Amino acid sequence: MLLNMGPQHPSTHGVFRVVVRTDGELVLESESHIGYLHRCFEKCAEGNNYLQVVPYTDRMDYLCAMMNNWGYAAAVEDLAGIEVPERAEYIRVIVAELNRVASHLLAFGTYGLDIGAITPFLYAFRDRERILKIFEKLCGQRLNYSYVRVGGVTFDMTDEILADIEAFCDYFDPKILDEYDNLLSYNGIFISRTSNVGVIPAELAVSYGVTGPSLRGSGVQRDLRRDAPYGIYDRLEFDVPVGSGEMGQLGDCWDRYMVRMREMRQSIRLVRQAVKDIPEGPFCDKKAYRAVKPKAGEVYKRVEGARGEVGFYVVSDGTNIPYRVKARAPSFCNISILDKLTSLSNVMLADLVAIIGSLDIVLGEVDR
Amino acid sequence: MNLFVFTNFFAQTGKDLKNLGDYAEAASTKWGLAEPGVYYEGGLFFAGLIKWLLSTTEVSSALPFAGTVNGLMTSLAADGSIFPELGGLLITIGVVFGFVNVFAIGAVWSERKVSAHMQCRLGPMEVGPHGLLQTVADGLKLLTKEDIIPRLADKPLFAIAPAVVFAGVLMRFVPLPFGDKLIASDLDLGLFFIAAVGAVEVLGVIMAGWASNNKWSLFATIRTATQMVSYEIPIGIAFVTVILCSGSFSLMEIVNQQGGSLLSADDGYTYQGWVWHWNLFRNPFMPILGIVYFIASLAECKRAPFDLPEAESELVSGFHTEYSGMRFALFFLAEYAAMYLVAAVAVVIFLGGWWSGIYPLDALGTGPDATIYTKTLGLLVKVGVFLSKAFALVFVQMWIRWTLPRIRLDQMMYVCWKVLLPISLLCFVGSCLWELVSGGASVFGFGIVVE
Repeated sequence: MLLNMGPQHPSTHGVFRVVVRTDGELVLESESHIGYLHRCFEKCAEGNNYLQVVPYTDRMDYLCAMMNNWGYAAAVEDLAGIEVPERAEYIRVIVAELNRVASHLLAFGTYGLDIGAITPFLYAFRDRERILKIFEKLCGQRLNYSYVRVGGVTFDMTDEILADIEAFCDYFDPKILDEYDNLLSYNGIFISRTSNVGVIPAELAVSYGVTGPSLRGSGVQRDLRRDAPYGIYDRLEFDVPVGSGEMGQLGDCWDRYMVRMREMRQSIRLVRQAVKDIPEGPFCDKKAYRAVKPKAGEVYKRVEGARGEVGFYVVSDGTNIPYRVKARAPSFCNISILDKLTSLSNVMLADLVAIIGSLDIVLGEVDR
Repeated sequence: MNLFVFTNFFAQTGKDLKNLGDYAEAASTKWGLAEPGVYYEGGLFFAGLIKWLLSTTEVSSALPFAGTVNGLMTSLAADGSIFPELGGLLITIGVVFGFVNVFAIGAVWSERKVSAHMQCRLGPMEVGPHGLLQTVADGLKLLTKEDIIPRLADKPLFAIAPAVVFAGVLMRFVPLPFGDKLIASDLDLGLFFIAAVGAVEVLGVIMAGWASNNKWSLFATIRTATQMVSYEIPIGIAFVTVILCSGSFSLMEIVNQQGGSLLSADDGYTYQGWVWHWNLFRNPFMPILGIVYFIASLAECKRAPFDLPEAESELVSGFHTEYSGMRFALFFLAEYAAMYLVAAVAVVIFLGGWWSGIYPLDALGTGPDATIYTKTLGLLVKVGVFLSKAFALVFVQMWIRWTLPRIRLDQMMYVCWKVLLPISLLCFVGSCLWELVSGGASVFGFGIVVE
């Protein structure tokens, strides 16, 4: 039977459409269709000046907008040779890691929903809300921050917000172990639903360009924050958790899920270090704040987003408007492996939902 | 609770201070449907209740036509033939239907509250105190909604499917007691009836899924058929084991056995309603069987973790995706009615029915010195005990739903055929042997003589 799943479906995480050929509950093959959320980001970028492009990057991966801002800002800074103040670099790490936690919390919650557990979702949203409150205090926005911008950040981080962040770290750290792992990660039904499902071998993941937690779930030690440090990541201590095949085969859904849970702990660790060491000083380059006009040239800059490598390729023709901006969206590359996975092994309809959830895609980023 | 209020209510409203149980007994004896002093058909019980109300209520003489109305009521109450069997049954249906509706409204509200408090939320708070009227408001909304039938749907099937599902559940309430002597009809094959009529519900679900002309609904239908057919078997084996131990299909009889010989004065009031006389502790295999039954009953009423037929994240909304308005509400109602039903059956066959296991409560209204007050109070206490046990099980169902993820279809089949079925068969054989060896005694093998 030919079954059309999406674009309006509760667990395709947005307007993603898969046409599946099924034999009963068994999925024989699948064909992904994207583009329902295409908003011409790259074309829009060619019509606005360098600073005006920043809000568009928010709307790509709206769940970790800070990293998208950062990726674009870092590319333009490289192109125009702008020095970012030290304090801004620390602030960037803090907000990016908090945003990563918020994004992973949402991934955790919605993954629970996909598997049929509703309560973890609300637990995750309760804690995500605290991060969003901090961001709201910081820049007035809850989702599309446009906070990290060319030359630094938009607003300074006050001591009050720093205290809030520290309080959040103290509150959140034990939660992962006590509540989330207890409630979902080591639940027998959850493990049986996710282990040995959607196994991505390491070579396959690399050949499809899968990045981020989905790649690390297959046991590949690759994290741009450590392997190609940007900002001040080389000064901070953190581990890169990878999948270990604890509950089944290496690279199954449970491994990918668990990498995210463990990454949250590392992010909190990073935030704590950055909050401790944050220096005094300016939080942005005032000149870059007003206008940017890089010399002709091109640059490719990438950062580690919550879903993988967020890359921006920016070409300048010497004017204040970019000649070309090309974004490498991690979700887009990650979801490309879905059709291969369904053809590789016997997947049931419920597994398909589990696989899509474990790849943690954001359709705003897939379609741009 | 002030017991005095209760007894006083029944004492003061009556002209001749007669127990409503006495009326029902008189009614059933009169029509020759039951042995005097044993138990009587619920329909007649309710007829007796109406009679009692008619004979005891008096319209204030200040009102117009007070004399006429009072005279009419008195003559109605005096004339037994005005309540033939059919009338009693109609009243019973009304009462059962009313109970199902009220329970569903309460259960939907408590499901929301239970889930909310488990998820660090408040739940409905706006309509009424603590959102008590929220479900009523939702029901009104569903009533006023447009009744949409998809253009390509099989219209007759689509239209009657919710009714079939609901009727399937409602019919199973017939042999189900609500308390001592409160039963719509004490069928000789009560448990068999409950198991058999359960299939009607599956039929309704299949009709709904097929008639919707929606592939997702069809998936849900296939899942439902698979699930129901599979899980009927462990449930059936649990029933068979209980029937084998009790020697009766009748739910009344099964409960009465768990209460020992309290009802008959000849035994010198040997009290056997202690907790360990419940079927659950009858032999070492029964607790296991009780758990098997509970798990299978979750699957049978499509509750998490077995909510595959309406798996929201996979099949959108399962077989009722295309339904709206009151038809949808009927599915909803049926689901909650089924929740209560499986819980109540578990209470009957395993948890001692209306026997609380506390001697003063169970003995209330029995014995030679029982008065109409204690008799009435005893009846109400038994209803309360039965309902509390059933509601406690319903709470456990909700608790499980808001804690566990959903299992996959193949795992569902695995759990049924490779786990529950062998275990229940083993328990069946074990119980048979136990009965053979012990001669029908419980684990403890004795009753405790109170007097």
